[in-house]
Amino acid sequence: MSKLYNLSAKEVNTGIRRREFTAEEYIFQILERIDKVNPKVNAIISIDTEGALEKARLVDRKVRENEKKIGPLAGIAIGIKDNICTRGLKTTCASKMLEGYIPPYDATVVRRLKDDDAIIIGKLNLDEFAMGSSTEFSRFGPTRNPWNIDYVAGGSSGGSAASVAASECPVSLGSDTGGSIRCPASFCSVVGLKPTYGHVSRFGLIPYANSLEQIGPIGKTVSDVAMIMNTIAGADDNDQTIQVTYRTPDYVFSSKGKMRIGLVRELTEGAEPEISKRIYSTMNLFTSLDCYCEEISMNYVEYALASYYTIAMAEASSNLARYDNIRYGFNFAPDGYEWNTYYAKVRSNFGDEAKRRIIVGTYVLSSAYYGKYYLKAQKIRTMLKQELGLLFKKYDILIAPTMPILPFKFGEKRDDPIKMFMIDIDTVIANLAGIPAISVPAGFINDLPIGLQIMASEFQEQKLFDAALLFESKTNINRSPEL
Amino acid sequence: MIMMEQEDKEDVSIKIGLEIHCQLTGLQSKLFCPCFCNYRELEPNKNICPICCGLPGTLPLLNKAAIESAIMVSLALGCRIPDNTMFYRKNYFYPDLPKSFQLTQYNAYGITSIGVEGRLEYGEKSARIRRIQLEEDPGRLLYESGGVNISRSYSLIDYNRAGISLVEIVTEPDFTDPKDVRIFLNKITSIIEHLGVCNTRLEGSVRCDANISIQSGKRVEIKNVGSFKEVEKALNYEIARQKAMSIHDIKVQAETRHWDDTRKVTKQSRAKEEEQDYRYFPEPDIPVIPLGKEYVSSINVKMPELPDERKNRFVTNYEVSDHIARVLIDNKELADFFESAVKIYSSPKEIANWIVTELLRFTHDDFLIEAKIDSSSLFAGLKIEAKHIAELAKLIDSNTINRSTAKMILTQIIKTGEMPSQLLARTDVLKIEDRNIISEAVESVFEAEESAIRDAKNNPNVANFLLGKVMKLTKGRADPRITLNVIKTKLSGLN
Repeated sequence: MSKLYNLSAKEVNTGIRRREFTAEEYIFQILERIDKVNPKVNAIISIDTEGALEKARLVDRKVRENEKKIGPLAGIAIGIKDNICTRGLKTTCASKMLEGYIPPYDATVVRRLKDDDAIIIGKLNLDEFAMGSSTEFSRFGPTRNPWNIDYVAGGSSGGSAASVAASECPVSLGSDTGGSIRCPASFCSVVGLKPTYGHVSRFGLIPYANSLEQIGPIGKTVSDVAMIMNTIAGADDNDQTIQVTYRTPDYVFSSKGKMRIGLVRELTEGAEPEISKRIYSTMNLFTSLDCYCEEISMNYVEYALASYYTIAMAEASSNLARYDNIRYGFNFAPDGYEWNTYYAKVRSNFGDEAKRRIIVGTYVLSSAYYGKYYLKAQKIRTMLKQELGLLFKKYDILIAPTMPILPFKFGEKRDDPIKMFMIDIDTVIANLAGIPAISVPAGFINDLPIGLQIMASEFQEQKLFDAALLFESKTNINRSPEL
Repeated sequence: MIMMEQEDKEDVSIKIGLEIHCQLTGLQSKLFCPCFCNYRELEPNKNICPICCGLPGTLPLLNKAAIESAIMVSLALGCRIPDNTMFYRKNYFYPDLPKSFQLTQYNAYGITSIGVEGRLEYGEKSARIRRIQLEEDPGRLLYESGGVNISRSYSLIDYNRAGISLVEIVTEPDFTDPKDVRIFLNKITSIIEHLGVCNTRLEGSVRCDANISIQSGKRVEIKNVGSFKEVEKALNYEIARQKAMSIHDIKVQAETRHWDDTRKVTKQSRAKEEEQDYRYFPEPDIPVIPLGKEYVSSINVKMPELPDERKNRFVTNYEVSDHIARVLIDNKELADFFESAVKIYSSPKEIANWIVTELLRFTHDDFLIEAKIDSSSLFAGLKIEAKHIAELAKLIDSNTINRSTAKMILTQIIKTGEMPSQLLARTDVLKIEDRNIISEAVESVFEAEESAIRDAKNNPNVANFLLGKVMKLTKGRADPRITLNVIKTKLSGLN
C-alpha cells in the first residue's frame, strides 16, 4: 500500500480493478505527494482536489458494483497542461490575460479522458501561451527540473513533464508546437509523444500556432503514453483538421525487430559532443537488435528553424489578438477609455515573450513582408515535407537527439531569445512536416537527462511505439528522481 | 478663353463600383457554429456559443450549406468557380469582432474566393462581377449616450449576429449612373430571392457599400448604407457634392464617408491615420475546400429558375407584356403571387394587370411606414391572397362586376381578407342587369319626376337626367346601358 504514486498508469488501473487499493486511496496519496513535492518543482498551477476525489469515488463505486462499463483509464490520475480547456476549472495559459478564465466547455481530449474514467488532478504549468522552451515565461513562476531543481524542466510543457517525473501524476497531457512535449520530456527523463498533425483533436487547445501543434501524452513508460493515445486520438466533429479517414487507433506492442532506421546526421552532429556520442551509440544497440541502421543527411534542416518561427509567430500574432479583455480576462474596468486606448492598456499585460512573438508575427504578416517571410517559410515547409516523404520510403523511422543540449540553469538563456530559439532545432522538423515524433529517455550526462527522438511518417505512431519500446526494454533508465 | 471652354465642357465620366453584402438568411445555422441563423428578435447575446464568441480553444466548423448557397449566387452571376477555395483571416481590432479577425476569402497566390470574373446583365446594360466571397458577419454595437456628460456614454455589444454567413458581391466600377445602380440592385435582389438564399426584406439582410470617382478624381467610398433603396440617394448626393467641390476647385480626397440615413447626406468617417493592413493569411483551422466540376454541376442542376428565365416564360406562356413581366419578376414574392393566382383561375393577363396596376399601390413602403408594419413581406399588413385576386379576375371576366366596383372591393379585401363574392353578397354592390328590376326602378323615377317627363318631348336631355336619377336610386348598381334603353323605350311609349 505504500508509494502508490510511484506506480505507472497501467499498474494503477490494474491495482484498482483488482481491488488491491481504491481509487480514493490512490488519489489521497497523489494529493499528498503533490503537497510534498510541488512547492519544489512548481509543476502544477491549480489542483482540483474536490473534482479528483469525487471522480475517484465514482470509479470505486463502479468497481464495487462490478459495473461492466469501467473505463479503460479507470482511476489513473492525469494532469492537463493549462492551455487545454477544462469545464469549470480555471484555464490560464500561465498568463495574466486569462488569469480568471473558466472555460464553459471541455476540450475533446479532456472529455474523452473523463469518459474513460481517468481522474483529472489539476492544471499544469507552461510558458505563457506555450511560447518558450524552458517554462521560465510563466506568470506563475518557472517549473523546476525534478532531477535538479536549479535547472529548467524544458518547455513549454514543463509542468506536464516535471509533474510526471516528480510522481505527482503518472501521465499528463502537453501540447507540442515546435517541441513543447518532447523538449521537457527529454529534460525530465520521461516519455513524450507529439502525434501526427490531425490525429488528436485540437478542440479546446488554446492555440499558439494552429497549423503546427498537437496535444500529446507524457508518461513514465512508452506503454502508458500509448494507452493515453488510444483514448485521446481519433475523429472529432469539432475539429475539421482531423483526418477522418484515419480509424480510431488501438496501439499494441508488436516489438518486431528488423526495422530500417536512419540517423539524421545534421541533427546528431549539431548536438553537444556528449549527447551526439550517446545518440550515435544507439545505432549499435539497434543494429544488435536486428535492425538495419545507417546515417542519412537532410538538406533542408538548416532552414527549418527560421521557417518554424516565422509561421508560428505569424499565427500566434493573430491567435492572441482576441485577448481584449472584453468578454473574459482579468479585472480591469473599461470606464473612461476609448476602445483603442483600452486595448493598449489591457494588452500590455502580456508577458515579454508573448509580446515579442506578437510583434514579430505582425511584422512578417504585413503586406509588404508577407512574400518575403511567411510565404517563403511555407515553401520551406513544403520542401521539407517532400524530403521527409522520400526518406520514409527508405526508412521506417528516423532517429536524432531530442535536444541538442542538456538542461540548463535558470536565466541562462532567458534574455537571449535567439539562443533560446536555437535549442528547438531538432524538434521543429516534426511539427513543420506534421509527422509524429516521440522522445524516450536515453540516459544521463553529468546527472542530467538526455532523450532519444524517434520520428516516423504520418500516422505511423505504431512504428514509434515499437521502436521506443524496444529501446526502453533494452536500456534501463531511471525515471524517478529523489525529491 | 480656351481654358474656360475646357472647364465648361463638363467631364461627366462617373465610375461607380459596388460591394454588396447579403446575409444567407435561408440557412439554418451560422457559418462556423450551430447557433441559429435567424438572430432577429432574440434577446441580446442569447444566440451565441463558445465558437461565435471566439472563446479560447474553439475551432470554426464550416457550414457546408453556406458553400452551396454561395456557389448558387456565383453561378447566377456568371462567375467562374475555382477547383479549390479557402478561408483567410482578416486581422483588425474592433469590439464587435470576437476573434479580432474576420474569416473571409481573399484572392492571392493561385487560390481565389468562391466565385470570380462574372457578369450580370440588367436592363440594356451589364456589369462585371469581380468576385464573390463568403465571410462572417460581426456582432453589433449599440451606442448609448450619457447625454451632456460625454464621459458617461458607453457601448453595448450584441454578438447574436456574429458569425452569420454573408455573401459579398464585388463589382468592377462599371456603373456611370446611380439609376443603373438601382436597376442592378433590384436585379440582384430578385436573383437572391429566386435562389432562396436571402430574404432581402429582413432588416439588415442586404447592405451595399459603393465607391465612386468623378472626372478621374480620387475614389470615395460610401459605407453604412442601410438598404438598397438608399444607395441611389447616397450616390446622387455624393455626385452633387463632388461636382460642387470641383466647381470651387477643391480636390476630392480619397476617403471613406458614411451615409447619414436621417439627414440624407454623406459624412466623413474618422480620418484614418494610415491605410489599414489586414495581414491576410490562410486560416489554418479550415482545410482547403475542394469544389470541383462534379460538385458544382450537381449544384447547377439543382438551381431554381432564375429571374430572366422566369420572365421569358411569363411572356411566352402567359402572354403578358414584357414590361408587366419585368415588374412581376423584379420581386419574387410578386411573381409567386401572380403564379398562384393564375393556378386558381387561369386569366393571366387580367390577373397580371390587377397586381401591377392596383395591388402594388398598396404595397409601397410609404403605406407600410404609415401603418407601422414591419416589411418582412411585400404584402405585410395586407390581408390579400392569391385566391382573392383570382376570384376578382373571374368576376370581371364573367361581367359580374365592373372594374370600378372591383377596385372598391379590392380596397375592402386588403383590410378584411374576405373573399370578393362574400363581400358582394354582404354589401350589395353587384351590378343590376336584370331588365325587370331596372324597369321597376325606372317606373318609380317616372312617378316622381312627372314634370320632367312632360318636358321630355322638347328636351332631349331629359333621358340623361332620368338616368342619373335611376343610378342614384340604385346606388350606381344599375347597368347604365340597359337603363338608358329602358328609359328611352318608356319615353317613346308615352308619346
